[in-house]
Amino acid sequence: MSHTTHDAGVAVGAIPAPDEGLTPAELAARYGLAVSGARPSLVEYVRQLWSRRHFILAFSQAKLTAQYSQAKLGQLWQVATPLLNAAVYYFIFGVILHASRGLSPDVYIPFLVTGVFVFTFTQSSVMSGVRAISGNLGLVRALHFPRASLPVSFSLQQLQQLLFSMIVLFIVAIGFGSYPGMSWLLIVPVLALQFLFNTGLALIVARMGAKTPDMAQLMPFVLRTWMYTSGVMFSISAMMTDRPEWAVRLLQVNPAAIYMDLMRFALIDGYGASNLPPHVWAIAVFWAVAVFAGGFVYFWKAEERYGRG
Amino acid sequence: MAEQNAEQNPQQGTTETGERRPTVIADDLHIVYRVNGAKTGKGSATAALSRILKRGEERGVRKVHAVRGVSFVSYRGEAIGLIGSNGSGKSTLLRAIAGLLPAEKGRVYTDGQPSLLGVNAALMNDLTGERNVILGGLAMGMSREQIKERYQGIVDFSGINEKGDFITLPMRTYSSGMAARLRFSIAAAKDHDVLMIDEALATGDRKFQKRSEERIRELRKEAGTVFLVSHNNKSIRDTCNRVLWLERGELRMDGPTEEVLKEYEKFTGK
Repeated sequence: MSHTTHDAGVAVGAIPAPDEGLTPAELAARYGLAVSGARPSLVEYVRQLWSRRHFILAFSQAKLTAQYSQAKLGQLWQVATPLLNAAVYYFIFGVILHASRGLSPDVYIPFLVTGVFVFTFTQSSVMSGVRAISGNLGLVRALHFPRASLPVSFSLQQLQQLLFSMIVLFIVAIGFGSYPGMSWLLIVPVLALQFLFNTGLALIVARMGAKTPDMAQLMPFVLRTWMYTSGVMFSISAMMTDRPEWAVRLLQVNPAAIYMDLMRFALIDGYGASNLPPHVWAIAVFWAVAVFAGGFVYFWKAEERYGRG
Repeated sequence: MAEQNAEQNPQQGTTETGERRPTVIADDLHIVYRVNGAKTGKGSATAALSRILKRGEERGVRKVHAVRGVSFVSYRGEAIGLIGSNGSGKSTLLRAIAGLLPAEKGRVYTDGQPSLLGVNAALMNDLTGERNVILGGLAMGMSREQIKERYQGIVDFSGINEKGDFITLPMRTYSSGMAARLRFSIAAAKDHDVLMIDEALATGDRKFQKRSEERIRELRKEAGTVFLVSHNNKSIRDTCNRVLWLERGELRMDGPTEEVLKEYEKFTGK
């Protein structure tokens, strides 16, 4: 992608008399022309992205609406889909298996549903992120905008989707005896941190998916492995009682596990602080900031290359 | 040809001191597309596997050299037609000027941000025409206020509501002509420095075509330079004063409209 050589002998059609003999680069410099499609500086990039915030929001909302626009029940599916999901998990784990994995049933069902919803938020952000560029090449090749708009917009769409799921989650929590209290306010910072984390992750996989579209095929397996090691369906501290403490801690600092456990701690009365690893908030902030900042810079570094191939 | 342009546009394209301001400079531009998995005719899994196992520079990637060493300078006030047979690299060249396709070699320098008259990709068939106007406008970089200001103009220009309240229906219910009209109306609503139009005049009925040609002339007056890709020699004659003829990705001819079109028509045997 670097263009260091300039062939001064290139024939340039019709340069008028005063500019005769200038190379194209000199001519461009003389009239203040800039290289088309060059990558802006990081600060400029952030500014451009901010000026496109209305587009990012409108695009995410449009995607969300378009999702169910052909269905008879329409936007009702926004709530019905997570509700049905929760019902299936209740039926399998609550009614058939009577699974509680070391937790009381009143804790286990909201524990499970919270885990599934929170993990799905990250999972679908990554899945839509990996296709954010490679699946929208038409858009990338037709219009000018900071490409980070796309992964950010898709993460935002997943956040809005999760807000609908939260309604269901509240119903489940209340149904199993966890009533709204002060701790529910913690949901806001948890969601904000997880959203930052997801967006960073989406930016990373978006660049990888733009270069190698095969990532979209590989990602479901990576995500499923991640899900099974994150304690979505079991409590890490309860399952690992006879294992060394460092192994438990290692599983617990996994960002997906951190955000799930924090959400459960906020929502469920019977899920106390004893289930959380030490310095849990510091870890949550670290993951969010590190992955978001790292992902943003990583994505920006290839800005001028998106849209090729 | 410099003199001829100056004659055609005595005011445009020259500053007070009499120099002509370049708007786009293409310097030995090469564009290469990379197509995954198209190296061999066989699309089977074993073929793909053997491609991966055979270690090479670029496995399973086929290169398409779409634009090969094109150089030109365009000036303020020019309307430049791009002609050439299908697959000669016209649209690719436009996308490269707009900075949407990265160059393999060479550079494009531009004055301001060139924009492609094309918003299709941002629109969604499942949304109403109304929401698509807003979404398309935002995608082109207009502010919410600008869109609100021009919304009625866009809808009126498209003529979508002439046959009933169609703007509040999803775009998938539109006929192909109606959808094309709305797309053009949205795309043409913005002001541009360097404007590039890719076969936009071929859509809609006769009445709408005339209306869009008029709008393009208007846009040309506002824009610094207009590039027009078309297979319709008449619309090139009507709107352009300079023509670039591309063939197999190479610039075959660059000059005043009549001169180039005469050669081109000889070449195509018309």
